Amino acid sequence: MSDGQIMSPPDVRRAITRIAHEVVEHNRGTQDLVLVGMRTRGVPLARRIAQAIASFEGADIPVGSLDVGLYRDDLADRGHRVSIQPSEMPDIRGKRVVLVDDVLYTGRTVRAALDALIDYGRPERIELAVLVDRGHRELPIRADYVGKNIPTQRTDDVQVRFEEIDGEDSVRVQSLRRAEAGR
Amino acid sequence: MTASRIETRPADTQLTPAVPDEALWTRRHLLDLDDFTADELDLVMRTTGVMKEVLAREVPRVPALRGATIVTLFYENSTRTRASFELAGKVLGADVINVSASGSSVAKGESLVDTVKTLRAIGADLLVMRHHRSGAPYLASRHVACSVVNAGDGLHAHPTQALLDLYTITSHLDSVRGRKIVIVGDVLHSRVARSNLWSLSALGAEITLCAPPTLIPAGIGAGEGLLPPARIEHDFDRAVEGADVIMALRMQHERMTGGYVPGAREYARLYQVNARRVARAAPNALVMHPGPMNEGVEISHEVAHGLQSRVEEQVTNGVAVRMAVLWLMMRARPERPAANRGAL
Repeated sequence: MSDGQIMSPPDVRRAITRIAHEVVEHNRGTQDLVLVGMRTRGVPLARRIAQAIASFEGADIPVGSLDVGLYRDDLADRGHRVSIQPSEMPDIRGKRVVLVDDVLYTGRTVRAALDALIDYGRPERIELAVLVDRGHRELPIRADYVGKNIPTQRTDDVQVRFEEIDGEDSVRVQSLRRAEAGR
Repeated sequence: MTASRIETRPADTQLTPAVPDEALWTRRHLLDLDDFTADELDLVMRTTGVMKEVLAREVPRVPALRGATIVTLFYENSTRTRASFELAGKVLGADVINVSASGSSVAKGESLVDTVKTLRAIGADLLVMRHHRSGAPYLASRHVACSVVNAGDGLHAHPTQALLDLYTITSHLDSVRGRKIVIVGDVLHSRVARSNLWSLSALGAEITLCAPPTLIPAGIGAGEGLLPPARIEHDFDRAVEGADVIMALRMQHERMTGGYVPGAREYARLYQVNARRVARAAPNALVMHPGPMNEGVEISHEVAHGLQSRVEEQVTNGVAVRMAVLWLMMRARPERPAANRGAL
């Protein structure tokens, strides 16, 4: 744990499996279920949850990817978020959508995602699944499925890594203060 | 309904770009493409792909530029460019105000600099400007605190047209590197040709300029002038041989009586993009025209509306490209200038 690792590869795998089971249990099956991953790291997470559901339920859940760059509310302090990618959305009208992201923090990205989702059609309901909830919400938003609650300082840096993008599965918390103290 | 099944460009499987786009785009103004790198052009193309997805939705509206004010200031007539910018701004949630030189204080003799300062003072964040004088947007950009986009200046540049041409080409050919692109017509008076020369040569296309000697700018071929090098060919039948892209330019009526060419019929006989010439190009070569077309002069009716014509696609792509440009410029700007900065 010396490098700030909070979740190891098996921890990440187990958390994803548990979220997958909870999603199916809570929705009483997979009927009308759609997973939507938020770019960037919500997308591989959504695909993993879908794979897990496929392995124990035998059901193929549509997985979409959503980029919320065009919906963010920080136009006034712009300057750094130029990069946007195309969203690939399955039909979500009348569906039970589970929005998936790696880290839940202020809730602003989720708010933007809710606006974006509704522009694609009116889902029956929207739920939220995250691998890590690190607290410090600035909006009335909560997750329905959480891999792990991690108390953090605002100055901490939470890094979620996935094999598909980063070559390994892990969650690390780098404390800015700790890093400075060690120097 | 199938909002997802849209034609978007590839590169989507790649989740983490090599160079962060934030570091790539630092421009506040878009005046020409003469200093654009291949990476910057690629960023505009990728961003355009995202905008295509937005436009394909049932309700093509996003709040990306909500609260921003865009003013189009046109000193020259235009239908497609102005409508295209206006729609692009509106799809992104910006407020768009159109100002024409005729019927404004410009007609009362107000200077260009005073006009743009006034527009800035009433709250414009971005100015889209077309002017009959080459360089006018440069002058404007030096005197206002807001962003300036050149929507065509004199004979000089028309960067968003070249960007939409590039998007149209790459949506069919993946890459322009090593592709034979023939630009035929009044190169001398064409800002479209000039901007295209910059972007296409930055990406490694093999460009041929084709026109009678009277319509080719001096010093252009060898790259000794102010433009990148290109092959010059006065014989269109030879130039079109094996071409991957044929771009026809508009032949203005006044040029045909101005001593540049003997006449419209003579010009059409030698330089018209017609079925016989398209047949000499590569199979499925793309036929393009920036519009408005003089059918029967620089392009035949059957080719203009034929299977290989990409003219309508160009117009459609124009909205997405302009959305990308507006987004990048508004996002990249380091800060929102204070309201009183308009009175520099």
